[in-house]
Amino acid sequence: MSSVAHHVAPVRLYLAIFGALLVGTVITVVVAFFDLGALNNVVMLAIACAKALLVVLFFMHVRWSSRLTWVVAASGFFWLLILFVLTMSDYMSRGWVAGTLR
Amino acid sequence: MSEGYAQPPTAGLPGNVAIHGPGDPHDGHSHPHHPKLQHHFDDMAQQAEASTLGMWVFLVTEIMFFGGLFMAYLMYRWANPDGFQEASAHLSIWLGGFNTAVLIFSSLTMAMAVRAAQTSAPPKTQVGWLLGTIALGLVFLVVKYFEYAEKFSHNLVPGPNFVWEGQYANAAEIFYSIYFCMTGLHALHMIIGIGIMAVITWMAWRRQFDATYYTPVEVSGLYWHFVDIVWIFLFPLLYLIGRHYGAH
Repeated sequence: MSSVAHHVAPVRLYLAIFGALLVGTVITVVVAFFDLGALNNVVMLAIACAKALLVVLFFMHVRWSSRLTWVVAASGFFWLLILFVLTMSDYMSRGWVAGTLR
Repeated sequence: MSEGYAQPPTAGLPGNVAIHGPGDPHDGHSHPHHPKLQHHFDDMAQQAEASTLGMWVFLVTEIMFFGGLFMAYLMYRWANPDGFQEASAHLSIWLGGFNTAVLIFSSLTMAMAVRAAQTSAPPKTQVGWLLGTIALGLVFLVVKYFEYAEKFSHNLVPGPNFVWEGQYANAAEIFYSIYFCMTGLHALHMIIGIGIMAVITWMAWRRQFDATYYTPVEVSGLYWHFVDIVWIFLFPLLYLIGRHYGAH
């Protein structure tokens, strides 16, 4: 356990992550100039999630952290998902049943 | 509960029982005591683990803090899809993109600062990476200042003076309310982060960090990267949704 906390990542890995983050940013910007309909949002969010994952796993060392840290970090994003899904399922379903929309 | 109090305080917690002193088997180091080791931890690794976990718990509350604003964005954009695209087209993609690159770069320098401490690099190296991180944070805020100033001069700040020439004035005002709330809260986090980094830089200069103890750099780095992640989502959601639409 104790050796896990002291993992030192190679500089080349950090540079590769940095490069991937920049490439992801450029792709997001380029894609934004094309009208892909709903796909615009899908691509944009998929790239943003991938970038966030790279930062969390490598820059924030979760890749080498304990299982407990892993669970706590993941729980934050899981709760965020609950917030979005439950709230939007309310707003989007209003008026589906006649007479329920006030 | 009273039975629990009757027991010795350490009973049933074998992992936490540790009375430190020379030759203590729980102390993973050859020397008797690391000066930074608090008495309630077994060893430096356990102490670092506890600090990292505590920081992550704080970051979860931060995720939910920003999450409420992301929820507001999602709901209002769902209700006003065209208005949000029209409003977003007025933001500068180049300034936003430049700032995204600046923050990504600052995350790299931050990771390198932590690495410098992890590898017991000389204080000058640690301080160099930390000052680089602070400088990039300041560049971000200066660009943000010019963006805000431009919004004020073009009457794009929600309130009695808000003026919108387009088709969806109401939705545009909602969009800019959310824009200022989210980027403002993010900028506040940047300012706090720069303040934290200033303290960490001073500690690094005072030779506080080496391979055996670098927790303050590590956990403040976690905070810095988190603020970067928030921007990774803010940039596309605020700046990019109206790009193909605004080309008319």
